[in-house]
Amino acid sequence: MNQHPAHHLDGNCLAGPLAQVFALDPTTAWWTCPDCRTASPVGGLHVYGPEPGLTGRCPGCAQLALRVVTHPGHLWLQLGTGRGAFRFPLPPSPSWSPSDRTGEP
Amino acid sequence: MASLSPGFHGRGSRSLVERLPPGQYPTESFPVLSAGPTPHVPTDRWSFTVTGENGGSRSWTWDEMRALPQEQPVVDIHCVTRWSKFDTRWEGVSLDVLAAGVETSAGFVVAESFDGYTTNLPRADVTGGRAWLVHSFDGYPLSPDHGGPARLLIPHLYFWKSAKWVKGLRFTTEDEPGFWERAGYHDYGDPWREQRYWNDA
Ligand SMILES: [Zn+2]
Repeated sequence: MNQHPAHHLDGNCLAGPLAQVFALDPTTAWWTCPDCRTASPVGGLHVYGPEPGLTGRCPGCAQLALRVVTHPGHLWLQLGTGRGAFRFPLPPSPSWSPSDRTGEP
Repeated sequence: MASLSPGFHGRGSRSLVERLPPGQYPTESFPVLSAGPTPHVPTDRWSFTVTGENGGSRSWTWDEMRALPQEQPVVDIHCVTRWSKFDTRWEGVSLDVLAAGVETSAGFVVAESFDGYTTNLPRADVTGGRAWLVHSFDGYPLSPDHGGPARLLIPHLYFWKSAKWVKGLRFTTEDEPGFWERAGYHDYGDPWREQRYWNDA
C-alpha cells in the first residue's frame, strides 16, 4: 500500500488546543515513534484535521502519536495508540453557546 | 444535481428542508476530512474480508466483488461536521450480500480499513438494504480522497461510519468503539437525533 504524505498540517497547530491542558509548551516535548524510532518534537508531527479532530502522526511512518478532539464543553486527549482517551472539562466559552448545538442563528 | 431553489421537491414527497437533519447545512461540494495520509490501494491487491465472531471468514477479490449483484443507491449523506449533501449517486454491493458470506449471530460489527481506521456499528445497521460497499460516485470510480477504491456507504448514520478505504467487516459479540468513537464521538451517530458527541442522548 502506498501512502500520500500530502494534506497534513504543521504540528505547531497543536499549541493552542494543548495549551489548555499542559502547563509547559507541549510543542517542545519530544516523542519517539514506537514503530520506526523517528524522534520528533510535537511541533514536528504531521497533523491531520482540524475536523473531526486533530490527529498527530509520526513524520516518518504515520504511526498515531496523539489525538486532540474539542467538543462543546470537553477536550479529548489520546496519547499514542492506546485505546483510552482522557476527557477534560473545558470552561464555558461564548463560541460554544447552546445555539451552536442546534444550528439556530 | 439537486436544486436548492424554493419549491423544489426531491425524492418522494419530502422537501429538501424536511430532508435536512437538525444542525446541518446543505452543500453542493464534497468536503474531504482526513485523519491520516491517503492510502492508495491498487485494485489488483485489494480484497474485502468478512469475519464471523467464531473465526470463520469469506474474502472477495476486486473482480469477484464486481461480479456480485450491483446496486445504484441515490441517498442524502450527513457529516458530523454539519454539512449534508442531497441525492448523492453511488454504485456498489449491498452489505446484505457480503454479510451473508459468514455465519453470525453477533450483535455488533467493526468496519476495518487499509489505513488502520475502524468504526463500530450494530449488526442490524449493516443489513436490511440500507448499507453498501461502494466503488463508484456520480458515475466515476471512487477517488482515493473519497475512500477509493471502495468505501462503506451507510447514509442513515453520520458519515464517519461510512469507512473509507475499507478492507473488511468483523462481527463481534461486544460493542468495540472505533477510531472516533474512542475519542469523544457518539457510539451510534444518528443524524436525526443529533448524536454527535459521546453523551448526546
Ligand atoms: Zn514512525
